[in-house]
Amino acid sequence: MISVSGVSKRFGRTLAVDDVSFEVARGEVLGLLGPNGAGKTTTMRILSCYLSADTGSATVAGFDVAAEPLEVRRRLGYLPENNPLYLEMTVAEYLDLVAEVRGVPRAETGRLIARAVENCGLGPVRGRIVGQLSKGFRQRVGLAGALLHDPEILILDEPTVGLDPTQIIEIRELIRGIGREKTVLLSSHILPEVEATCQRVLIFNEGHLVGQGTPAELAAQARGSEFVDLAVRGPRDEVARALASVPGVAECAGAGEEQGVPRFRVRCEVGTDPREELAALVLDRGWGLRELHAERLSLEDVFLKLTGEGK
Amino acid sequence: MRAAWAIAKKEFRGAFASPVAYTYLVVFLAFTSWFFFRAFFILGAATMRGFFGLLPWTLVFLLPALTMRLWSEERKLGTLEVLLTWPVRKRDAVFGKFLGGLGLLAVSLAGTLPAAFTVFSLGNPDRGPVLAGYLGLLLFGAAGLAVGSYASALTENQIVAYIAGVAMTFALFVAGEDFVLMVAPGFLAPLLSGVGLGAHYWSIGRGVIDSRDLLYFAAVIFFFLYLTVRRLQGRRG
Repeated sequence: MISVSGVSKRFGRTLAVDDVSFEVARGEVLGLLGPNGAGKTTTMRILSCYLSADTGSATVAGFDVAAEPLEVRRRLGYLPENNPLYLEMTVAEYLDLVAEVRGVPRAETGRLIARAVENCGLGPVRGRIVGQLSKGFRQRVGLAGALLHDPEILILDEPTVGLDPTQIIEIRELIRGIGREKTVLLSSHILPEVEATCQRVLIFNEGHLVGQGTPAELAAQARGSEFVDLAVRGPRDEVARALASVPGVAECAGAGEEQGVPRFRVRCEVGTDPREELAALVLDRGWGLRELHAERLSLEDVFLKLTGEGK
Repeated sequence: MRAAWAIAKKEFRGAFASPVAYTYLVVFLAFTSWFFFRAFFILGAATMRGFFGLLPWTLVFLLPALTMRLWSEERKLGTLEVLLTWPVRKRDAVFGKFLGGLGLLAVSLAGTLPAAFTVFSLGNPDRGPVLAGYLGLLLFGAAGLAVGSYASALTENQIVAYIAGVAMTFALFVAGEDFVLMVAPGFLAPLLSGVGLGAHYWSIGRGVIDSRDLLYFAAVIFFFLYLTVRRLQGRRG
């Protein structure tokens, strides 16, 4: 549904987006993840035809963003960063305006507005002025405006920023619901959010696409640095030597001690999982196995690794 | 076209949802009534000449107050991104906002009609110049709105947009005045006298509706709305 190839965009001397290419399949919920200023918003603005790319091309729903921006925008629901809204209108007036500028047939307007109000839980505030609503409700107004015309594709730039935890959960539920039928591209700099809502993740850093895949794939990509942590009651040096000799173990290091029990960190070779062998060895030698767990890389570790911030 | 109309309605209603429209209408009507009744009682004549002579000056200072928020507020609040990512052509958006302003101008001119009726009920002035005068005001105002729209697209600061709007409207208004023509270099004189809003306004106000004057106003409106569209496109870098 969305295809981006070799897109770059420069603002003055800064290269905001540098040669980015990716695809989004129909019905997919894709997350753009990256620190602030990584190029997520610029990419989304290019896809929504608000900015034009310097080089490269992008198509949305089969239409080129540079050649046929109106066709693209017709098929797109877009929630810009910071959710800008006309503050002096009531919620109902705003949704009417959206329906009208989007050219929704008059016979359909009532039904579509009612549906958006229902989906976004705006019933109780329909007659209220947008500027007087809480941030959570404003966000829903923005979302309702973006999905009013039942678009095939939704682009949401940081849809949950500035909301409290309950509101975040509600908005995520809403997005997941939409994602069952629609193609959704959303950006965030909050990892758990992307992990919770997206099937696939693109990681941006300094304008580059530095990694992509499902959350699980990304974790796998960064394997090789998978660790097993152990706490074993026994002679420290002897235990360390024995652990290092287990097949699949690349290295074993002492990791201090806890309540008089030495701790160890074992680095595993790529693609191996020697946890059972480690446990068997410790029991064999008659040492006390207090603790053993694999230190799985979360998306967070992958993210830090890929964006180079963990160094 | 439906989108342009929707945006026009939004602008028109939006002005009434905030103090902008009311402030403008009150000040406009206070000024115009003053011009009108002062001339009426002092000269004791049932004429509207003073009214049509002074109104453009009021509009030079009041119209930019209506237009200053058109685009600068959209930029400041970020709603420009919402507006420009709707499936609306930029020229439709610009024209819609211009129409919204024109609606407000029409309402304010309609507000001066009671004064005109007073003149007609007390005396027996020529109907032609009065009708022509109103047409001239509407065209003058429309040109001012187009200029103001461009001024507003230049900046996200409304005060700057207002001052730029006043300066540009004023410059365009006086460009064809004798005084300016005397001071300006000789080769510019024919150009300036053709470009000045004032000359065309006075010409219509005399009751002579010349197609050249109508064409002139249409050209000024088109030109500044076109500049506004260009300015919005320029943002796309």
